[in-house]
Amino acid sequence: MTELIAEQQPAHPKRVGAVRRFARSVALLRESPVGMFGAFLVLFWIVMALGAPFLPIKPPLAQDQNAMLAPWVTEMPDGTMYWLGTDDRGRDLLSRLIWGSRLVLFWAGLATIVAYLVGMLLGVTAGYRGGWWDEVISFLGNVLLSFPLMVLYLVILSRFGPSSELGRYLAVNLGLSPTVVSGVIIIVAVTFGTAPQVARIVRGLVLDLKTRDYIAAAEVRGERPLYIMIVELLPNARGPLIVDACLRLGYVTITIALLGYLALGLPPPDPDWGKMISDAQKWGSTGMNAMLWPAFAISSLVLGLNLLADGLREISLRD
Amino acid sequence: MLHLAARRFASMVIIMLTISFVLFVIFEGDKFNVATKVLGQYTTMDQRLRWLENNGYNDPFFFRYLRWLWNFIRGDFGNSIQFNVPVSRLLWDHLVNTGILAFFVFIITMSIALVLGVLSGIAEGTLRDRAISIGSVICTSVPEFASATILVAIFVFWLDWLPGTSPFVSGFSGRELVLPVAVLVIYNFGYYTRMTRASMAEVMTSQYVRTAVLKGLPRRRVVIRHALRNALIAPFTVMVLQLNYLLSGVIVVEVFFSYKGFGKLIYESALFGDIYLTSACTMVAVFVAVLSQFISDVGYTLLNPRIRFS
Repeated sequence: MTELIAEQQPAHPKRVGAVRRFARSVALLRESPVGMFGAFLVLFWIVMALGAPFLPIKPPLAQDQNAMLAPWVTEMPDGTMYWLGTDDRGRDLLSRLIWGSRLVLFWAGLATIVAYLVGMLLGVTAGYRGGWWDEVISFLGNVLLSFPLMVLYLVILSRFGPSSELGRYLAVNLGLSPTVVSGVIIIVAVTFGTAPQVARIVRGLVLDLKTRDYIAAAEVRGERPLYIMIVELLPNARGPLIVDACLRLGYVTITIALLGYLALGLPPPDPDWGKMISDAQKWGSTGMNAMLWPAFAISSLVLGLNLLADGLREISLRD
Repeated sequence: MLHLAARRFASMVIIMLTISFVLFVIFEGDKFNVATKVLGQYTTMDQRLRWLENNGYNDPFFFRYLRWLWNFIRGDFGNSIQFNVPVSRLLWDHLVNTGILAFFVFIITMSIALVLGVLSGIAEGTLRDRAISIGSVICTSVPEFASATILVAIFVFWLDWLPGTSPFVSGFSGRELVLPVAVLVIYNFGYYTRMTRASMAEVMTSQYVRTAVLKGLPRRRVVIRHALRNALIAPFTVMVLQLNYLLSGVIVVEVFFSYKGFGKLIYESALFGDIYLTSACTMVAVFVAVLSQFISDVGYTLLNPRIRFS
């Protein structure tokens, strides 16, 4: 039987190389100016995040006693330039924004990936197997979706946050740094909030796809369910999923910054965009400059992701 | 119809029961944690054990859950640890404030979204349509705390027109309500607009609208009498469903503007570790969310004659 399958595998149509496929989608995206603009914004922040250690900027945690809450384009007597000004501890805002993009993209990306993996696993198995498993997954999904998202995060983070037994276990017994502990707990919270939505979308797509002939063919060939789900079902559901992942990454980015703003996010010295806003807010009108830049940063990143998703959707509808 | 409503109602009750149980396990499953939270960190084990004994925490777990649930249904949520007053009184005051906020947000968002959505939906693909679409994407992309920052910078610090916080210290004030409402409207109207647009665009390509146009009816009449009534079904249900997301935004906005509402209450209670208040607030929030789902489902069938009469 295994030999039979091995023999049949070359019968699959040869797949176009991943690089070629990617190049083709980029070429398609050029037809949507809105999508291109979104891609540009996202790319800008990705380059900033990756390039942060190599850019000629001050360290994000370095404090300058002489320049606290300086306005933008401030030149110090010693010649140091604060292009975007400084925060309430005299830290360079430009540098904090750039290092912050690294933080937010990393944790938002990781959280989205984890949430997506869990959601896809649950959705594809629920849709393909059906029966009691589907009932259970759908019910649990409905229960979680009944929570307003922020309320769910508040419940999870207040009860299982870094200062709870779970947080202490991660920090003391596993020896993780405060940033990683918060990050892991945030990822868990985001997964609880996001995976049910992903699962619901994937399940819907799978219910439609599983009536197709090629699935029947694979079943007749005697493929294992796991193979059918991963090789046949998921790749064919990718179109809507890529668009959704883009939007979802935007929501998760907002969530991470929002939790930072609400003092539930990454711990203090880290340059978290949301935290930067809440720190500067205490200072009223003097803190305005330090509040505005992170607000622009998060807005531009999320706008980029949303426009990119829009462009991708436009393209996918065209063919 | 009644059958469907009954089924939806049953599933709503089951979901509420499940969530109440989960919340009970999360917040009161570990009774020593409860005692620590109520009595404070610097109490001896002896004091905690005595407190647990006196307050019936040594009863069997399931029995405790049922008693908790029964108190909940009667509206007795216990005393707030932080404020030391009955939770129900706190809840009620703050809910009223949030109700005022949500009412204005809902009305204004709906009006803007319907007008813009219809305007762009009846002229799909035109410059106007594209401008409205892009405008709504931009507004939806700016998170509430970012747009709040930008609005405060403009209207509070630069133009000095409005107050930057809304604590209602000297009673209700319309001026203090403007910015919180504006922030929530800006964030939410984009999504509703796109829903209305999609629904309107779909209806405009339908057979009966074409018939109405070919009959020679004036365009205004076609849009208002024939298209609009059908196009509004989907957006209506979505808007009710979105109450869930609105509530998330309400938390942020209320914290930002120190508006004394439900969102700020649940946030502060969660941060303080006031478990009775947090669990009561969470139950209320979930109840509103589930109820809005129920209304949306039943409303959809009531509004849609094709389902109503079948």
